[in-house]
Amino acid sequence: MNMKKKTIMSQSLLIAFFVLLCVVIIVPFVMLLSISLSSEADVAKYGYQLFPKAIDFSAYQFVFNNPTTVLRAYGVTGFFSIVAMVLSLALQAMCAYPLSRKNLRGRMGISFYLYFTMLFSGGMVPSFILITQYLHLNNTIWVYIIPGLINPWYIFMIRTFYQSLPGEIIESAYVDGANEYTIFFRIVVPLCKPVFATVALFTFLNKWNDWMTSVLYVDDPNLYSLQYLLQKILKDVELLANNQQNAQLTQQAVEVPSETVRMAMAVVVAGPALVVFPFFQKYFVKGLTVGSVKG
Amino acid sequence: MKLAKTSEALIKRKKGLTKSELQLYSLCAIPVLLVFVFNYIPLFGILIAFKDYRYNLGIFGSKWVGIENFTFFFTSSDFYRITWNTLSMNFVFIVFGTICSVLVATLLFHLRSRNATKVFQTILITPHFLSWVVVAYMAFAFLNPTYGFLNAILGIFGIPAVDWYSEPGAWPYILTFFNIWKHVGMDSVLYYACLMGIDTGLFEAADIDGANSVHKFWKIIVPELTSLLVLQTILKIGGIFRADFGLFYQLPRNIGVLYSTTDVIDTYVFRAMREIGDMSMSSAIGLLQSIVGFILVLTTNFVTNKISPQNALF
Repeated sequence: MNMKKKTIMSQSLLIAFFVLLCVVIIVPFVMLLSISLSSEADVAKYGYQLFPKAIDFSAYQFVFNNPTTVLRAYGVTGFFSIVAMVLSLALQAMCAYPLSRKNLRGRMGISFYLYFTMLFSGGMVPSFILITQYLHLNNTIWVYIIPGLINPWYIFMIRTFYQSLPGEIIESAYVDGANEYTIFFRIVVPLCKPVFATVALFTFLNKWNDWMTSVLYVDDPNLYSLQYLLQKILKDVELLANNQQNAQLTQQAVEVPSETVRMAMAVVVAGPALVVFPFFQKYFVKGLTVGSVKG
Repeated sequence: MKLAKTSEALIKRKKGLTKSELQLYSLCAIPVLLVFVFNYIPLFGILIAFKDYRYNLGIFGSKWVGIENFTFFFTSSDFYRITWNTLSMNFVFIVFGTICSVLVATLLFHLRSRNATKVFQTILITPHFLSWVVVAYMAFAFLNPTYGFLNAILGIFGIPAVDWYSEPGAWPYILTFFNIWKHVGMDSVLYYACLMGIDTGLFEAADIDGANSVHKFWKIIVPELTSLLVLQTILKIGGIFRADFGLFYQLPRNIGVLYSTTDVIDTYVFRAMREIGDMSMSSAIGLLQSIVGFILVLTTNFVTNKISPQNALF
């Protein structure tokens, strides 16, 4: 009896600890949301509040009344995130398969070739010069997609997952006369949902959260990524207003609700990422752990 | 039948490529090519570090200057500041980050309710999927001198408002807080999964022997985590000369007053390249980072190999 009481005690303590920790994690999210839903006048009067005095959607109205800038960036970011996710997953999954086959000659060579890039790199400047001076990818949508397509880390993660599959499956398919392509696409791929879901999610979110590429390679406002736009607005909220076609609106826009609009923009930008990831969560504990055992 | 086929394959293997080998290699072809273009070709760009790079002259046409770019960096007053900031902040992140995530993982592991574990874990992981840009907004909501929460809270206790964005002394703490806030959940997933893999028989046996939680932590949990901890630490030490650019660039909003504590090698290189346009010095510093990182990984791995080979990376 005493033992049981003790367990209940310690379990409640643990839960209390985690509730507290989760509050620390959640408060900044609530803050963003609350400021974005406040009216500009309330913010000026009371400062930022954890809960809005009165719900007011004018900041969101402002963001979406200004479709050229924000929606354009949404489109651009959505496009390159999805295309990069699909291409990069497909290429990495294919590349990992031969590396998982123990009896393949040259397997170690290829692995080392990929692994070395994780240990040593030329740095930012040579890549910058390659992309802008020789490949001329700057100011095109492809600069978001092509340079980062292959991440050796994910290849090794996928490879380790393949190696955890029972080898008999491949052997018996081989005996049945299947060729390597059939074995890979028909038998191996369908078994690897967890690791594919993990890599796809990470790649997608990486791209969705990419602001660096715009900073380095994009001057054309039509190709700005969402995160870059957001970063610019933190410094200069009038950017949103200045892009409005109507010159008269720009005049009034000196009065833009700057504090609340900034936070509304942040919510709009972060939202999709947060909505997507819980759907993948059931996979990625498995995908991550099986894949990250050293090999 | 099977035997015949395998031996046939073995014979062919000695001569040349079999059909199935060709098929397997073909799966690698595009990725290998892409890695060559985007990872190996830039290695030639290392030459820039020893040249006075001019766009119009190109890499090969630009003038050789030997190690001038390096000596310029080493003798500049910025050198100590950015190196110290990078190393000390990364050190703090490695130590505190690891302690926090192991702690969270261990406590989650002790939680009996599966549903509660899942909910807590989901919430803890969430910040990992935000960009530093969004986190910078959150930090701004906290630290904004006129409207921010932190000053409002301080006000309750009668402490006068602080202009955090001109207070360099506070930033090491702010950066550490947000770095751990963002990563602790995700980092603990690995440790948690490792704990889930422990044979439950060990804990039962310990219970029978009358071990308490502290004993179990040091005698079962820590030894089981050692391999993973060492592996993670080797990787992190290898990167100790590389700062998380987003964290150090976005949160302090590139404000000059804060450079004394927030300027790290990566932000410095970036500014030298984008704002001053000094490609050669940027690439010299980048090269130094790569070389030092490379040596550090090899050294830590070598030492680990000597002490406990089963924990080494390769």
